Amino acid sequence: MYDGGKILTGLILGVVLLTFPFWYNLGRAAKMPEPELTAKAKQAKYCVEPKSYMKAYHMDLLNKWRDEVVRGGSRIYVGFKAKEYDMSLQNTCLKCHENKKKFCDECHNFADVKPYCWECHLEPKEAKGEK
Amino acid sequence: MSFNFSFYFALFTVVGLIAVVLIGVGAHLQFLFGVVIPYLAVLIFFVGLLYRVVKWARSPVPFRIPTTCGQQKSLPWIKYNKLESPFTNFWAAVRVALEVLCFRSLFRNTKVVLTKGGPKLSYFSDKWLWLGAIVFHYSFLVVLLRHLRFFTQPVPSFVQLLEKVDGFFEIGVPGLFVSGVVLFVAVTYLLLRRITIPQLRYISLPADYFPLFTIMAIAFTGILMRYFFKVDIVAVKKLTLSLVTFHPEVPEGIGGLFYVHIFLVSVLFAYFPFSKLMHMAGVFLSPTRNLPNNSRAARHINPWNPVVKVHTYEEYEDEFREKMKAAGIPVEKE
Amino acid sequence: MAKLPKPDELVKSIDYTPPEKPWMETKPEFIPGTYGYGVKAKNLKILGFPNQRDFYPSDEDWQLPENWKEIFLEGMEDRLNRFRSFRLFMDICVRCGACADKCHYFIGGGDPKNMPVLRAELLRSIYRRYFTASGKILGKVAGARDLTYDVFKELWYYLYQCSECRRCSVFCPYGIDTCEITMMGRELMNLLGCNVNWAGEPVANCYRTGNHLGIEPQGIKSIFEFLRDELEDITGVHVDLPFNQKGADVLFIVPSGSYFADPGTYTMEGEFLLLHYLKEKYGFTYTFSTYASEGGNFGLFTSNEAMKRLNAKMYAEAKRLGVKWILGGECGHMWRVIHQYMATMNGPADFLEVPRNPITGTVFEHAKETKMVHICEFTADLIRHGKLPLDKSRNDHWVVTYHDSCNPSRGMGFFEEPRYVIKSVCNNFYEMPENTIREKTFCCGSGAGLGSDENIITRMRGGLPRANAVKYVHEKYGVNILACICAIDRASFPPLFEYWVPEVDCCGIHELVGNALVLPDEERGVRKRKTDLRGNPLKGFEDEEGTEE
Repeated sequence: MYDGGKILTGLILGVVLLTFPFWYNLGRAAKMPEPELTAKAKQAKYCVEPKSYMKAYHMDLLNKWRDEVVRGGSRIYVGFKAKEYDMSLQNTCLKCHENKKKFCDECHNFADVKPYCWECHLEPKEAKGEK
Repeated sequence: MSFNFSFYFALFTVVGLIAVVLIGVGAHLQFLFGVVIPYLAVLIFFVGLLYRVVKWARSPVPFRIPTTCGQQKSLPWIKYNKLESPFTNFWAAVRVALEVLCFRSLFRNTKVVLTKGGPKLSYFSDKWLWLGAIVFHYSFLVVLLRHLRFFTQPVPSFVQLLEKVDGFFEIGVPGLFVSGVVLFVAVTYLLLRRITIPQLRYISLPADYFPLFTIMAIAFTGILMRYFFKVDIVAVKKLTLSLVTFHPEVPEGIGGLFYVHIFLVSVLFAYFPFSKLMHMAGVFLSPTRNLPNNSRAARHINPWNPVVKVHTYEEYEDEFREKMKAAGIPVEKE
Repeated sequence: MAKLPKPDELVKSIDYTPPEKPWMETKPEFIPGTYGYGVKAKNLKILGFPNQRDFYPSDEDWQLPENWKEIFLEGMEDRLNRFRSFRLFMDICVRCGACADKCHYFIGGGDPKNMPVLRAELLRSIYRRYFTASGKILGKVAGARDLTYDVFKELWYYLYQCSECRRCSVFCPYGIDTCEITMMGRELMNLLGCNVNWAGEPVANCYRTGNHLGIEPQGIKSIFEFLRDELEDITGVHVDLPFNQKGADVLFIVPSGSYFADPGTYTMEGEFLLLHYLKEKYGFTYTFSTYASEGGNFGLFTSNEAMKRLNAKMYAEAKRLGVKWILGGECGHMWRVIHQYMATMNGPADFLEVPRNPITGTVFEHAKETKMVHICEFTADLIRHGKLPLDKSRNDHWVVTYHDSCNPSRGMGFFEEPRYVIKSVCNNFYEMPENTIREKTFCCGSGAGLGSDENIITRMRGGLPRANAVKYVHEKYGVNILACICAIDRASFPPLFEYWVPEVDCCGIHELVGNALVLPDEERGVRKRKTDLRGNPLKGFEDEEGTEE
């Protein structure tokens, strides 16, 4: 007894399952994220820290800010080029990046990340209503 | 093969592999490590897997040899054990499925203790291996499935759900995925038991340590990348997505850690078909588990059933006829 | 002859911690008492097996043909291509160690190469070296090693310290069955004439005379008649013993162990009584055969070819005698062959009828292809239908436990039928501890051709787990007899118990049935049974002078 049919069925099933990412994306042109800088952000030239750091570590920074403000009580952060910032998502970050939808969400959606910032913070107005 | 040889050979191989990739990234071989090698690895994986399974499939199963771990189906008033002594293909399939999903045979595991005074042998239930194994395999599965977020766009809802469950505790930013840590702990446990249990240490080959070290390093670099030395995750996904859509590109600015991670994963994939890791496919084909115990009710066919030389009754009677007749035993030819 | 140490010395020597030296670098010592004698040339000649010479394992030179390595490797390749089990089991072991302490030879001996995983690795290392790319290229690093004379000898030594009991395969997460690997290994050994004589001689005997012991037809008849006379002394019944009769309802095939020596003969006598009763009462007819005078099949421990050559006699004789179906006696490995191999090898048996018990009307649907029924199934069916008058109290002098023999347990799933019969004929029945019975049962230590006297140390070590569980129920419940359905058990337990737990005896189930079965004269009160089949006084008759009237 060989049970070739059963083995073949199993193999096909296995290969189909294992190649899921290959065929799942077929015919779907994935939209690459294109975060937009507002005019204000463009004008600022640089962020709190260098761009490469911000790309990878912004969540760390925000976390640190929250802890220092809420638990430490200090509000001043010395950033890139020794510039001082008010540690505030609402008053600092979103002042430049007013366009959450076109800026934050663009990458977060792409990488399937769901930050819980907005469980406490108010979402910027532009995002409201459009949801 | 000595423990030292097996252990350190495997360890240094993995360390060497990491060194290779770090040097490679330093020499701007990102395309090689990010695109060429992963493609090759996946190709080897699939071709190798098919080759090995087909090779098994080409050897027939000449006899029906299930290991029966429960009552056979016989007289109607005797309750038979459908799962441990399946009579039909359906129940044999259920048996295999439960073996694959729940590791039932490992769950039976006992440990023998010999008390020399007496002497007395005792058998204790020993489920640590089962626990370690099942935690390892399931956490690995969850981690793998979670990684689909890098290979799909849009990310399917089951992956999102999985991330939600996995990140349930909402510890830190980015939120801690329990599965990754559990995987690392489980693989460490499997390694530790291999080193500390004398019999296991005695039988272990480099091929036993190598996958453990590789998986450990993969889990470790993954954890480092997510929580400690972060990489530009959007760039990473651009790369991984480009791979599965066959438009490979290597974005700038992905850290070396990522290349270590993906290289070791590639190594594991390419290594898979040549190794004991093939138990993933083999478990389905095991004739002691996947056959129904019905060989007295239905004839199992052996494709090479040979014609053998038998000692026929005629030959037998020819040799003993006179003695048989003298003893009053009936014969064919008087 | 080997010097067997005292039990406490033997226990003292058990050490589960493996030595420092890696296993590939150690060689086995051929210590007398730990291996069986090699096969004799005359036995190989009868079967036409290769390399016919007297084989002495203790010799430096095993007189292998010059191209032995080629023969071995070609044989291996051939088997890898013919047995999926073999190829798969060579490939997928992850060395998790779950099987390590499941083997009775390891538990009772501590030799690390008796851990099923390592026993298999002995062969696997050769497989890797010659049949896998990684082993060919990387050699030792990939766990591969050359097939050398020493490796060959080592392999032989440990292949003949496996009793093919399949206990490890119960615990293996992939169902890797060391029995299967041992069977393949032994086939390779037989390609080079390296069997043990305790398997090789029975095979040769059985081939020529129809039974393992080489008893000629007239000899079988006289042995049976001797047993009949003994039985007549105890029961007053003169049992009908038809040989090679045509047209009976069933052909009854028992292992030769049942008529060769105590305590198997008592089982045989019990079976005589049962059949005789059925004949007298219900007109059930049966015949024995001198040609198919062996239920057991040491071919199973030799090679598939040998197994098939011996097994073929059962169907051939059933066909010649024109019986309806075949009834099989109490024997362990015999039933592995019948259950898992016979129909495949020598079927289809379309000249027989689907077994039907003419007394109860029960059709044995589960045996409709093989057309062979186990006597415990048959008896259980009779008892269930109230066809046998039984007096349980006649077994009251026994406190019984039941030993699940390896092959019916893990190769058949035969657990409830014998227990039902025992509970129907005995009042005192106690199970051994859970981890030592049913699918987790332990081998007697002498199965698969290892039961020879010269192999005594291995046997006493391998039998320790079973004997120790017996000792437990002996001390806890006063168990004084172990019932089993295996002729090798009945041959090997007496010396094993003598060594580890001398207070306990061993019997077959139908001995107990024979004790309890109330014969017509006894039913009518014409005669009273005062002793059991062994001549021991029954409870209530202890004081009577003498046992015969």
